[in-house]
Amino acid sequence: MTPDGPTIVEAGRRLREGKTTAVALLESVLDVAQLTEAIVHAYLTIDREGAFASAAFADEELANGRDRGPLHGVPVALKDNMCTRGVETTAASQILGGYLPPYDATVVTRLRQAGAVIVGKTNLDEFAMGSSTENSAYGPTFNPWDVSRVPGGSSGGSAAAVAIGSALGALGSDTGGSIRQPAALTGLVGLKPTYGTVSRYGLIAFASSLDQIGPLTRTVEDAAVLLEAVWGHDPLDATSYDGAYPDPRAEMGRGVDGIRVGVVRELSGEGYEPEVETATANMVDRLAGEGAEVVEVSLPSFEIALSAYYLIAPAEASANLARFDGIRFGLRIPGPTTEALMSATRAEGFGPEVTRRILLGTYGLSAGYYEAFYGQAQKVRAAIRADLARVYTDVDVLVSPTSPTVAFEAGARVADPLAMYLSDICTIPSNLAGDPAVSVPIALDGRGLPIGFQVMAPALGETTLFRVAAEVERLAGFTARPVIDLVAS
Amino acid sequence: MTWEPVIGVEVHVELSTRSKMFCGCAVDFTSPPNTNVCPVCLGLPGALPVPNRRAIEHLMSIGLALGSEVSSRSVFHRKNYFYADLPKNYQISQYDVPVCRGGHLDITVDGETRRIGIERAHMEEDTGKSTHVGLGGRIHAASATLLDFNRSGVPLVEIVSRPDIHSASDARVFAQELRGLVLELGVSDARLEEGSLRFDANVSIRPAGSTGLGTKVEIKNMNSFRSLERAVDHEVSRQIGVAESGGELVQETRHWDEEAGVTHPMRTKEGSSDYRYFTEPDLVPMTFDDAWISSVAATLPELPAQRRSRYQEVGLDGRQAATLAESPPRIRQVFDEATGLGADPTAAFNWLSGEVVSHLRRAGLESEELHLGGAELFELVTIVEEGLVSATAAKEVLEGVLTGEGGPREVASSRDLIQVSDATRIGEVVDAVLTANPDAVAGYRDRGEEKVVGFLVGQVMRQTQGKADPRVVNELLREKLASQPGGTPATG
Ligand SMILES: [Zn+2]
Repeated sequence: MTPDGPTIVEAGRRLREGKTTAVALLESVLDVAQLTEAIVHAYLTIDREGAFASAAFADEELANGRDRGPLHGVPVALKDNMCTRGVETTAASQILGGYLPPYDATVVTRLRQAGAVIVGKTNLDEFAMGSSTENSAYGPTFNPWDVSRVPGGSSGGSAAAVAIGSALGALGSDTGGSIRQPAALTGLVGLKPTYGTVSRYGLIAFASSLDQIGPLTRTVEDAAVLLEAVWGHDPLDATSYDGAYPDPRAEMGRGVDGIRVGVVRELSGEGYEPEVETATANMVDRLAGEGAEVVEVSLPSFEIALSAYYLIAPAEASANLARFDGIRFGLRIPGPTTEALMSATRAEGFGPEVTRRILLGTYGLSAGYYEAFYGQAQKVRAAIRADLARVYTDVDVLVSPTSPTVAFEAGARVADPLAMYLSDICTIPSNLAGDPAVSVPIALDGRGLPIGFQVMAPALGETTLFRVAAEVERLAGFTARPVIDLVAS
Repeated sequence: MTWEPVIGVEVHVELSTRSKMFCGCAVDFTSPPNTNVCPVCLGLPGALPVPNRRAIEHLMSIGLALGSEVSSRSVFHRKNYFYADLPKNYQISQYDVPVCRGGHLDITVDGETRRIGIERAHMEEDTGKSTHVGLGGRIHAASATLLDFNRSGVPLVEIVSRPDIHSASDARVFAQELRGLVLELGVSDARLEEGSLRFDANVSIRPAGSTGLGTKVEIKNMNSFRSLERAVDHEVSRQIGVAESGGELVQETRHWDEEAGVTHPMRTKEGSSDYRYFTEPDLVPMTFDDAWISSVAATLPELPAQRRSRYQEVGLDGRQAATLAESPPRIRQVFDEATGLGADPTAAFNWLSGEVVSHLRRAGLESEELHLGGAELFELVTIVEEGLVSATAAKEVLEGVLTGEGGPREVASSRDLIQVSDATRIGEVVDAVLTANPDAVAGYRDRGEEKVVGFLVGQVMRQTQGKADPRVVNELLREKLASQPGGTPATG
């Protein structure tokens, strides 16, 4: 099958024209899920009951003239690391099997206020640690474009759901590329907003200083719709930005004439698939053709960003994941002492990649190693920020491939963590800097697999980011959809 | 060899804010277990801390009162360790950039004042409460642990002294003085029995006269002034014992066993100092500008040390000033009002610290229930000075005032305590007494018997029911004896 569902914007138009209802939209995405879940496994939980109640309520409100805006009645999915009151939330870990949060994450509250219908919770790499959604304790997600391949990760479930049409849009979280890389590998738009603009309250933390929630959608405009619904200052998140927010739509459609575009030299070369490089170069040429001032820029600190990331993120994770101890919630493996109970629960509850990162992080923070590891990584982080501040005096945005490769075969990198870590080489710098970045699909490679193009901007530069992303989208004219063989597999 | 103990004290003060440090839950220990809890203080997945501004202002008050410097920028750190009553398995605390640095607290022992340096004061959150139940209720034999998270996340200030303390009793006095200070500031209930004040101490010894530092031992788990003093005392003796028997002291953390009255080493794991501190990424750095600092400084009440010097300035001696400075607010208020009206400070102090305090004690009253105003104390002091009542009668006047009979003059008159100092009236009585006691008069006149005067004064006082002013009686008697027929008394 080929999904034929509408975009968020189209769905909103049809709803208001009376051509569909929220319930009908929900039924159609659930039909897609019914057909595809056995093959793709995008969802961990589908909340049929809750979703139908919201959809019916949305229809009733619209009938009564109450319109909550562009997400009203639109079925969306949530990565399963965002807490939903009374709906199982696992972060794809055994340690949270059956866990029912007593509260909604701020983004969930805001989606509900915007009238969105939450279909369910999507699969991810356990605690968002991974780049393929193979590290899920509940089984991997597969790429709708080729079900022998991974959808990327860690927001692979959200990406697969939107790509296949079992949701019209989804929220993911991006710590080192976990929204943008799966978006690239599944032919979607994936946005990591400026750090602090979307509340992290209720997001099960991986690395607090890097985590950021953002949308995965079919179009740039849909991304703006989802972003506008969830971002904004939240008093429950002390790192939440409380100044003036940029308008993502202010310059959409104005083209790129006069926009200064920096092509990052360090994000190319060895390890990059030729077709990815060619597609990227073609898009850069077309941007230049539209009047963009293209320059090549060098950010030497990007070369060591990956190493810094793999010290900082595990360090923060080692503390963030300490609360999963079997005492107050989730899995509990009994033991003769409290200490034994905690150890047994954690040994049983965490998967191998999570365990690896906790150990890495604990080691990096330990006395005698702190300066060489965590301390040094913070210096690299500062260097990246300084490097970026320098280039952003000369350019408005930076561009690169989103991922060095297209979707890879399932299992190909499971045994080789380093190869897996390299999947995020292009996306990590924006997380370390706290800057916004977006992946836009631009082409299919020879095997019919999507290629993503990354646009990065300085903090709070969403206006320019969306302007350039919209132009990339227009120039690429990417309208392909995956084809799923429902009989095979 | 004589040894000098070197002691530093760490005091944990639970603040009495309405809500917890990083969430909106009530700070209330009277509620049933686990009722003042939420996702944040239970450490549920996804929950985030938001700092309590009021708690930070309380810490600033403490720092300002101790003469500390309030940093212009301060950060929270995560202190990582696994413990069942620590929901996140890390404590949000401070590490190398505390809110307050430096300062001092003066302690006065036997009239001698010593200045104890303050290293730092920082903000952190409290843990939950574990109750180990089962075999004998002892930690190592516990069969079950009950957890109550009502206390989890309550704002906690840690105040660390410099190693400027050299005796266990000074350590206690330091802690007591600090308690007085936080009570005065109104930032904590400082209830020891509820654990809102807890102490650790760093103890080492060195040969008297040397300035080096010995091997430091941290002792934990003291929750009363007495246990702090006992624990330090015990630890000092233990260290001296080890040193004198040629043993080697090891740097370690020891647990104070209140029942057994000894310290014993904590398991290495418990005492491990590798807390893997790193900056709390869920919080942003705090910045303190001058305007904020001075607005907090403006709300500081007068502190015990400031009061002591003020009382000395008005004329009390050091000991009196110290006693009054530590007296209950109501007592100090009466003193301030009375002296403000012009009462002699020493007289006012003597009344308050003597008769008034013992009256309260006898009647079992709180000082707030005292039935004596500053104006009344002023009046009492004044009528004694004026000679309207005798010092002895004044005590009776005070008693009347305290039991609500009226003002001092009113009581003196209604109880018929006004002293007779009118020379004419007293003169009449003296004449009568002299006439009635010719032998005594002769003894004085002829043989110079001095004791006769005392006898005669006693007679006059008896006749006047003690209301005659003894000075006037004395004067008149001598005058009249001298002018008795028979001339001047014999001399030599
Ligand atoms: Zn709470």
